[in-house]
Amino acid sequence: MHSLTKTALSFNGIGRRCVALNRFSETRIICRGLTCTAEHGEHEHELYDVIISGGGMVGTAMACSLGLDPNLEGKKILLLEAGNKKVMDKVPDAYSTRVSSISPGSATLLSGVGAWDHIMNMRCKPYQKMQVWDACSDALITFDKENLQDEMAYIVENNIIVAALTKQLENLSDQVRVQYKSKVVKYTWPKSHQVADAIPWVQVTLANGQILQTKLLIGADGPNSMVRREAGIPTVTWNYDQSAVVAVLHLSELSDTESSLVWSTSHRHAEELLQLDEESFVDSINTAFWSNENHSELVETAGSLFRTALSVLMPSAGSARQLPPSVAGIGPKSRIMFPLGMGHASEYIRHRVALIGDAAHRVHPLAGQGANLGFGDVACLTQLLSQAAFNGKDLGAMQHLLEYETERQRHNLPMMAAIDLMKRLYSTNAAPMVVLRTFGLQATNTLPAMKAQIMAFASK
Amino acid sequence: MYSKKFERFILGVCTRCLTSAVNGTTTSARTAVSWTSVRKHHKQFLERRSQNGFAVVRIRHASKTTVDPNEVKRFRLLATKWWNEQGDFAALHSMNDLRVPFIRDNLLNAHGGRQPGKPLAGLRILDVGCGGGLLTEPLGRLGADVLGIDPVADSIGTAEVHAWHDPDLRGNVRYRAITLEELSEKGGKGAGQFDAVVASEVVEHLADLETFTLCCNQVLKPGGSLFITTINKTQLSYALAIVAAEEVLRIVPSGTHDWDKFVSPVDLERLLESNGFHVESIRGMLYNPLSRAWSWTETTSINYALHAVKLEEEPNPDEDDPEDPTVIVAQAKARRWYN
Repeated sequence: MHSLTKTALSFNGIGRRCVALNRFSETRIICRGLTCTAEHGEHEHELYDVIISGGGMVGTAMACSLGLDPNLEGKKILLLEAGNKKVMDKVPDAYSTRVSSISPGSATLLSGVGAWDHIMNMRCKPYQKMQVWDACSDALITFDKENLQDEMAYIVENNIIVAALTKQLENLSDQVRVQYKSKVVKYTWPKSHQVADAIPWVQVTLANGQILQTKLLIGADGPNSMVRREAGIPTVTWNYDQSAVVAVLHLSELSDTESSLVWSTSHRHAEELLQLDEESFVDSINTAFWSNENHSELVETAGSLFRTALSVLMPSAGSARQLPPSVAGIGPKSRIMFPLGMGHASEYIRHRVALIGDAAHRVHPLAGQGANLGFGDVACLTQLLSQAAFNGKDLGAMQHLLEYETERQRHNLPMMAAIDLMKRLYSTNAAPMVVLRTFGLQATNTLPAMKAQIMAFASK
Repeated sequence: MYSKKFERFILGVCTRCLTSAVNGTTTSARTAVSWTSVRKHHKQFLERRSQNGFAVVRIRHASKTTVDPNEVKRFRLLATKWWNEQGDFAALHSMNDLRVPFIRDNLLNAHGGRQPGKPLAGLRILDVGCGGGLLTEPLGRLGADVLGIDPVADSIGTAEVHAWHDPDLRGNVRYRAITLEELSEKGGKGAGQFDAVVASEVVEHLADLETFTLCCNQVLKPGGSLFITTINKTQLSYALAIVAAEEVLRIVPSGTHDWDKFVSPVDLERLLESNGFHVESIRGMLYNPLSRAWSWTETTSINYALHAVKLEEEPNPDEDDPEDPTVIVAQAKARRWYN
């Protein structure tokens, strides 16, 4: 005996009307077949409009952004995170080693979702000037805004960003549901064309056996994305033979200035650095900043000649040179290392699937752009989904997802190519490359227009 | 025996060539232009022109029913293909980018904004000739209570199966396989029920436009909106919508449209205005086969969209109020006729 629910009754109504017509066709028979399966099957699995897989910085920002959009009001949104909820009642005194550089564009997104206020109240450091110098010569380049007034970008610890976004999500609890400690074990993809009784939604199977369905799955699950892997999206990856060592530095015994260090070096050297005790580690950092051992005669002569030539052509260009810092000690949290690589998914989207953040693109940390590319994805996808919902479209339809992919790939690929080029350019000590990059760095340093362009591109 | 088999084989090849549009995509290898059908169409056009003078203006009054049995037969064969977004109905899928905002914005102007996630909540819409529900579903997702009707039962079946999967649509999207006349004559059931009637790409397939207009008037509430998108009857539309779209580029299956049944915006406006409607706006639409996208355009020579409003009930002539908007509209109409 099955109790007929209201929906099942209406299907029987459809079924009766179908039978009343004189013509039989396959679709009629399928309709009647569907009324029988209506009581079991689909109604057990909850159907969401959007499921975001992965609750890191980018995934949580996506959840907040969708939850706040007026055109998506009434849609069911779910965020799945395998870890625990990140609550931060009090900002810890010790700095965390994992930080990100947040560009003005990303700051705009975060303030749009209301998390920026929480971040400012917790801890963040704006900076006005960036200086890059070469170990093998005297060349350097300085980025700063006029008169050092506007902020160029902000350095914020990653766990502060996540905690601020989580706090904002709590205010949106009627729009966005969050499930912590939910690990996904399987994804089932829909067929791209309509088969009569096949389920047209993406099915997500969790470790606890729960099965969820969604019209659009957003994969924000990091560089080793399961969504990307299961969808069979081909990815261009290569590992740099480098690892990054991160630590917190105390810059001087007299003042309280602390700084964050990201040191990209070979795997072997990174392991050695982790083995060193604190004093030796500090010594090696200072050596790296100050030593002249990689300078060669040829490069120095060429560099100074070029600098003289440039100063004749453009005498007023170039800002004051700041000497590298001197490190006094390191913070209490232990140093950690992680391998570096580059990855780019050849497609960001499939039918009913979209990838954002590191799942779609992974870059070297040297330019501080990884998090910003992810936040850019969030802003673009939210705007397109909002417009699609206002036009009554199915959220998983390919048309607006293709627009998202095109727009973001057009922005991300040049940035990733530039970062990769920089990394390769600066990974060698060979004299010709050093001379080339010395000239390039010095020339760019004297062209304020080009520097402004670079800063504008990186600020988006 | 072999000659008969050979004959059948050749016939099969020929029909496959002619119906290849039904299966293939437009961008893959184009089959040879079917010159015989182009010449036939052109010959008929020239005959009509010589009989009736240059401008053929004849609103169809053939029968009292709007349904043309040949059209029903043609669409029954295509009933399963509605939801293939790259298939025969690709142009209709992408037309949603124009017609959904057109309907939504005009209804929001008339009825004011409601809840943000569901802008059309509380409005009842009738989609005449809904086919597989391509336009019915987006309107349902925007919150409206939509009834889609179509004389082809197979299309209604396809539409119902597609909408059944989505719980958002189950509550407010319904389909019935009946004609507009049957709906409007069912006692009080169909009369004066709807805030809007949508007839998109329908009037060029109808047998009798006058009946259609009268039925639309009957089912609409006073002040309700009528939205029509259709194809103009010009030489340009013949060249583009029939020759180019059907024979050369295979954007739509061959034989979908009959140039005789196209109606120009002037004629349609005249018909509507004399049947209790006031035409608010007419806009031209243009399809770009390369980008497969529609756009609004200045000219209405090929496709156009029309928005008309059912006039409020005429007041008693003895109590004419000079401020009354319906009286002012009637006077404006009269002025236009005489100028």
